[in-house]
Amino acid sequence: MASEAVPERSGRAAEVAHGLRAYGLIVRMWIRSTLAYRTSFVLMALGNFAASALDFVAIVLMFSQIDALGGFTLPEVAFLYGTATLSLGLADLLLGSMDRLGSRVRDGTLDTLLLRPVPVFAQVAADRFALRRLGRIGQALLVLGWSVTRLDVDWTAGRVLLAVVTALSGAAIFAAVFTAGAAFQFWAQDAAEVQNSFTYGGTTMLQYPPTVFAKDLVRGVTFLVPLAFVNWLPALRLMGRPDPLGLPGWADFLGPAVAALMCAGAGLAWRHGLRAYRSTGS
Amino acid sequence: MTAGQLIEVDGLEKVFSVRRKAGRLRRVRHEVRAVDGITFQVPRGEMVGYIGPNGAGKSTTIKMLTGILVPSGGRLRIAGIDPARERTRLARRIGVVFGQRTTLWWDLPLKDSYELVRRMYRVPDAVYRTNLDRCTELLDLGPLLDVPVRQLSLGQRMRGDIAAALLHDPEVLYLDEPTIGLDVVSKAKVRSFLREVNAERGTTVLLTTHDLTDIEQLCRRVMVIDHGRLVYDGSLDGLRAAGEGERTLVVDLERELPPIQDVPGARVVKVEGPRQWLAFPAAQSAAPLVTAVAERYPLVDLSLREPEIEGVIARLYRPSAALGSPPTLSADPP
Repeated sequence: MASEAVPERSGRAAEVAHGLRAYGLIVRMWIRSTLAYRTSFVLMALGNFAASALDFVAIVLMFSQIDALGGFTLPEVAFLYGTATLSLGLADLLLGSMDRLGSRVRDGTLDTLLLRPVPVFAQVAADRFALRRLGRIGQALLVLGWSVTRLDVDWTAGRVLLAVVTALSGAAIFAAVFTAGAAFQFWAQDAAEVQNSFTYGGTTMLQYPPTVFAKDLVRGVTFLVPLAFVNWLPALRLMGRPDPLGLPGWADFLGPAVAALMCAGAGLAWRHGLRAYRSTGS
Repeated sequence: MTAGQLIEVDGLEKVFSVRRKAGRLRRVRHEVRAVDGITFQVPRGEMVGYIGPNGAGKSTTIKMLTGILVPSGGRLRIAGIDPARERTRLARRIGVVFGQRTTLWWDLPLKDSYELVRRMYRVPDAVYRTNLDRCTELLDLGPLLDVPVRQLSLGQRMRGDIAAALLHDPEVLYLDEPTIGLDVVSKAKVRSFLREVNAERGTTVLLTTHDLTDIEQLCRRVMVIDHGRLVYDGSLDGLRAAGEGERTLVVDLERELPPIQDVPGARVVKVEGPRQWLAFPAAQSAAPLVTAVAERYPLVDLSLREPEIEGVIARLYRPSAALGSPPTLSADPP
C-alpha cells in the first residue's frame, strides 16, 4: 500500500530504468566535482590503492617464510585475493555509500531524498560516489593478472567465462550485502559495522584459502551468508582443487543464482525498511 | 474533488507508537497522536500560515502532505494526488523547503545542485533558464552559484534552498520554518521574494513558522494546531479577536503618581515610575480613553500597542491544555 507508484510489471521496469537514470545523473555530478580537484583525486585513488595493496604485501611477506598456505601456493592465494578484492571493489564503487543510511535516518536528511521524484535507493547509492575506489579495483586487477600468468591453468573460453561471471556475481553478492545492511539501518541506525564485517571482513576471509579456516566457519559462509560463492567455490574449480565441504560439482556454478536470490532478498528488505521508515518516521 | 481546492485534508491522523524505558529492561509502548483528525482545504494561490507550539504536529503534517510519512488515517489529496501512494509523481508538483536542513547537495556548488535538480525533475531548458535567472536576481544568488553549499551562511543557504524548490515550477510550496535563525535583512528578503512568487505565479504556499511576523506579512489566513488538532482556522485579525486580545495604552505622566483608577473600561496592568500601562478591550476605541486620561492627569506622552500575537496564541493554547490533554510529547519523530 505504501509502495512507490508501480502500476504493473511494465511500471516496475520503467521504475528501474528511471532509478538507473537518476543514479547515472548523480554519479556523473560527483565525478565532475571530484575531477575539479584532480591532484586531490589522484592522491586519494593512490591512497585507496596503497591501503588495499598492504593486505597483499602481508600475504607476500608470509610466503617469504612458508611455501604454502593451507596447501595453496602464492599464485593460488593471489588468485583468491584478486577475485575477492575485485568483487568487493566493484560493489564498493557502486554501492559503497549505502552504509551512510543510518546517519541519514538519524540526522533527518533521508527526508529530503523522499521529496525528489526519483527512487530513494538510487539517491542513497549514488550519494558521494567515490571514484577513488577505482584504486582498490586497479590493485585487485594487478594481483589477479600476475596470478593468472603464474597459475598452471589452461585458460579455455569456458574457464575465462567462469572467471568473469564469478567476478560479476561476486560483486552482486556483495552489493546485496551492502543493500541488506543499509536496509537494516532503517531500524538500527548504528549498525553500519554489521554490514562492514560481512563486506570488508568477509573479503579478508575470502582472500585466503578455505582450508586455513575451521570447517564450521566455511559452512557458515556457504550456507548462512553465502559468501563462499563470491570466489571460493568457482576459484577452487578453476585451480583444480577440491572444496573442503565436498559439495557436488555443480555447486561451483551457483554464483549467479545465489547472487540473484540475495539481490532479490536485499531488495525486499530495502522496500520493507523504507516502508517502515515512512510509517514511523524513524 | 472539490473544485479549486488544491490541498484537501480530511480527518488526517498520524499515530506514532513510542516505546519508553520503564525500569531496566521493561519497555512500555504507548501511542502518541501527533496529528489527531485535522480537516482543512487550501484553494489554489492562497498563502496560509500554519502555526503552533513545538511538538504540536506541524512538521508531521507537512511530512504527510509531502508524502514522506504515510498517514495513519484520514484522507489527503494534493492536486488530486494521494501523497502516500504516488510520492514521486507528487514530487514534481510540489516544492519543499526545510529551514532546519538543506535539500541541496552539501558538497556541491550551488549551480551544480541546481543542474542536478533540473535533470531529476526534467525541467525544460527554457523554463529552467527563466526560473533560475529570476531567482538569482531576486534572491541575490549571483555571487553564490559557484560556492559549495557547506560554505554558505545560513541566510545564503536558505535563499539557495528556496530557489531550488522553485526551479520546476511547483504548484505548491511548503516552507517549514523558512526564516529560522535568519537575520532581519535575510528575513525581509525571503519574505518579499515569497510574496512576489505568490503574486506572479499564483504558487500556493503553506508556511510553518515560529516568527509571527512571517505570518503577519505574508498570510491572510492562519491555521493554529495544538496537540495534533486544529484549534483555529481563519484570518489573522480573527485570531486576535478569538484570543480576546487587549490593546494597551502606554502613558507617560509628568511625575510618579498612584495607578490611574477613574478611567472607565481600562485597568492599569503595570506602573514604572511616571509610566503606566492601561489595558482595554481590543474592540474598544482608544480615543475616549485618551481624552479621559488627559483631562484628569498631567499627560506628557502616550503610545498605543496592538495585542501581541504571541500572547493571543498563548491564550488560545491554554484552554486545550486545561482540558487534560496528554502531556506534551515531541510529535516530531526523534
